[in-house]
Amino acid sequence: MRTICLYFEIHQIIHLKRYRFFDIGTDHYYYDDYENERSIGDIAERSYIPALNTLLEMIKDNGQYFKVAFSISGVGMEQLEMHAPHVIEKLQELNETGCVEFLAEPYSHGLSSLANEITFADDVKKQCVKMEEYFGKKPTVLRNSSLIYSDDIGGQVAAMGFKGMLTEGAKHVLGWKSPHYVYNCNIAPELKLLLRDVNLSDDISLRFSNSEWEGYPLFADNYINRIASLPEGEQVINIFMELSALGIAQPLSSNILEFLRAIPSCAKAKGITFATPGEICQKAKSVGALDVPDTLSWVDEERDVSCWLGNAMQREAFNKLYSVADRVRIANDSRICQDWDYLQASNNFRFMTTKASNVGLDRGIYSDPFDAFTNYMNILGDFINRVNSLYPDEIDNEELNALLTTIKNQGDEIEMKDKEIIRLKAKIEKIQASDEKVKGKAEKAKAVKTVAKKTPGRKKAVSASVKEEKK
Amino acid sequence: MFGWEFPPHVFGGLATANYGITEGLHAQGDMDITLCLPKPWGDEDRRSADIIAMNAVPIAWRDVDYDYVNGRVGDIMSPERYYRMRDNIYADFNYMNVNDLGCLEFAGGYPSNLHEEINNYSIIAGVVARAEQFDIIHAHDWLTYPAGIHAKMISGKPLCIHVHATDFDRSRGKVNPTVYSIEKNGMDRADCIMCVSELTRQTVINQYHQDPRKCFTVHNAVYPLKEEYNRIPRPDHTNKDKIVTFLGRITMQKGPEYFVEAANMVLHRTRNVRFCMAGSGDMMDAMIQLAAERGIADRFHFPGFMRGKQVYECLKDSDVYVMPSVSEPFGISPLEAMQCGTPSIISRQSGCAEILTNCIKVDYWDIHALADAIYSICANDSLFHYLQDEGKREVDQITWEKVGLWIRELYERTLGNR
Repeated sequence: MRTICLYFEIHQIIHLKRYRFFDIGTDHYYYDDYENERSIGDIAERSYIPALNTLLEMIKDNGQYFKVAFSISGVGMEQLEMHAPHVIEKLQELNETGCVEFLAEPYSHGLSSLANEITFADDVKKQCVKMEEYFGKKPTVLRNSSLIYSDDIGGQVAAMGFKGMLTEGAKHVLGWKSPHYVYNCNIAPELKLLLRDVNLSDDISLRFSNSEWEGYPLFADNYINRIASLPEGEQVINIFMELSALGIAQPLSSNILEFLRAIPSCAKAKGITFATPGEICQKAKSVGALDVPDTLSWVDEERDVSCWLGNAMQREAFNKLYSVADRVRIANDSRICQDWDYLQASNNFRFMTTKASNVGLDRGIYSDPFDAFTNYMNILGDFINRVNSLYPDEIDNEELNALLTTIKNQGDEIEMKDKEIIRLKAKIEKIQASDEKVKGKAEKAKAVKTVAKKTPGRKKAVSASVKEEKK
Repeated sequence: MFGWEFPPHVFGGLATANYGITEGLHAQGDMDITLCLPKPWGDEDRRSADIIAMNAVPIAWRDVDYDYVNGRVGDIMSPERYYRMRDNIYADFNYMNVNDLGCLEFAGGYPSNLHEEINNYSIIAGVVARAEQFDIIHAHDWLTYPAGIHAKMISGKPLCIHVHATDFDRSRGKVNPTVYSIEKNGMDRADCIMCVSELTRQTVINQYHQDPRKCFTVHNAVYPLKEEYNRIPRPDHTNKDKIVTFLGRITMQKGPEYFVEAANMVLHRTRNVRFCMAGSGDMMDAMIQLAAERGIADRFHFPGFMRGKQVYECLKDSDVYVMPSVSEPFGISPLEAMQCGTPSIISRQSGCAEILTNCIKVDYWDIHALADAIYSICANDSLFHYLQDEGKREVDQITWEKVGLWIRELYERTLGNR
């Protein structure tokens, strides 16, 4: 049976503020609160809420037939928590229908998969914990930032225990192959790969409202007919995009939500079903391994990492940032870790690109790539100073790690001993208390005897009280 | 073509632009250029243009023999041409301060009696316009507008004027009324106005009230570096003091005080940077005082006016070139710095910002941004190398040949319009 796998990405960065080099060392707060609140509020209002409402209605209207998947970056989640909690409530409501799956992705939406294995694993773990906390289920399928994938990353992801991974159906990787099958990673056959259908996805997310496009206007029945007329064996149609495509990239006035709403019934008529990535990875069998020696992503015409690491400035910023990755992990300082998440976001590197792109790039507060680079490097300079000043420079990471482990072990030991002391103290007190009781009893008993001797008339009453005491 | 200065005798940016345009037009192959200069020295490059020395054009009839003329002005003008010019004297100018050949002397450059020289230049232009054959008149900057108008009235040929700068740029808005009137008169009577940037074009349209349909933007270009200058090595400043340079006239228009203030901010945070303010001008003393007041004089240097090879040595020895001009019609110097492989920071209020992408642009008043950009280039090698390589590549694509092609197109349009 032919299946559509619909998936939306939710991610918004924490915007950096204008940070001059004379702020280095004096100002450790790097974020533009106003811009954060404004942009996420705007996007929630114009895109997330209407789009999620529509998806919820689609699920309710179609029973268990329509299914959809989301992934939310950790920093995006923090933005929503702070400035648009109603979006999270909406997502939880969607989750309760049972037709929604949440995927894993790096918490920071960063490029750690290209730099540092342990950082990448921690990054993903952190986001999984958050997803479980909010939606009650541990993700089983991973989606790396901007669908970045290579054989090595696949191998690592499989080792982390994921069943499947999403990536781009890039032409230069697929060649004559079709993205409409399930493939597997060539060094870890148990990891299944779902490949984005570039055309069908971009028709919605890039071109839907473009009146100069020859496919304009796009209707749901045409769209489903195109899927239905694919060759017989092609069973999995992966349509992946950012959620903000509905409403921001393609304005609501283009009736994109009405288009979306009509898709399930059109698909039903053609016998096409919906499934989440997790279900597909469970049911479908892989048709073969996919070789991806060079890293690919879903960005730009090249579908590689050149929009983040294409020029020397981007590479310097990237190398500088990840040069402190181990130190940050070992130090494990809560404020540093928070800044670490925010600074990793790949968007920060995207702002520095000097490539010409056919997708309009909003550089935010930056006027050009050099401006973006300067600002980021200033912030990074301060951040690295802070990381380095936590512990003396001359101690290298291994030594530091050993020392910290020793300290931690000693701390644990002390804690255990403290507990032991408390326990023992309690015991002693108990023993003392029972001792005193026994003494007290003995004295009382003596007193009773002497009294009894003096006033035999009240003997009965006293023996009654002794009896009570015994009880 | 009417010009005021021409290399190698350079007083300002006008000479370079004039040379470039002449070369660019000459490269078309089928264009003959007659260039009128007030006081050529005889060592100008005459391959691309036929240079007429205005100080050897007679305006009063004198009976002089061939050898005498040859001996007096032979290095700048042939006696045949002198006689041809003499046949075209159109009025009696004996009352003027003419010399033994019936010619007017020019001091050259920008002397104190500039207005008188401009007037003399336009009188002589009347003789030249009668004696020479041409299809179109091209006048460079306000000094030669009166001559252009005069030539147009005599010959009836269309007049193109080239606006390299306006008095609004030079004076930050407080214009000299005499200069303004000469400029406005020239623009009013021109058939085509070529402005060196969109910024200038807007000034011409809004401040001189010109019809936008006859105003065009003709961006300047830059000539490939001479081999002699190309060979100057770039000193390596790794682990040494970085050098940040300002090079130009130290006047209000160039915004030198913003450079000093930015230097002050940089030097209060980091010590391995030196600042160099090359050039001279009316604000130089004030700048020296300002640097001293800010307490940065030990790292802020004034090497004075530079010419020829010194300029390129200075540029090559710099790690950052800064042009914080308050109002710069075009500004060729950052292009030259980029040719030398020196990253440039330019103000958004300069014309060259319209065509350059591989340089850092800041608003001239934003000294924080300027200081930040200076620090960033000095501190981040990747940015320095990127701007160095890509900047050079970019500026190598900006050639006078392309400018010449565009001017030719404008000539043809102007001729076709009549």
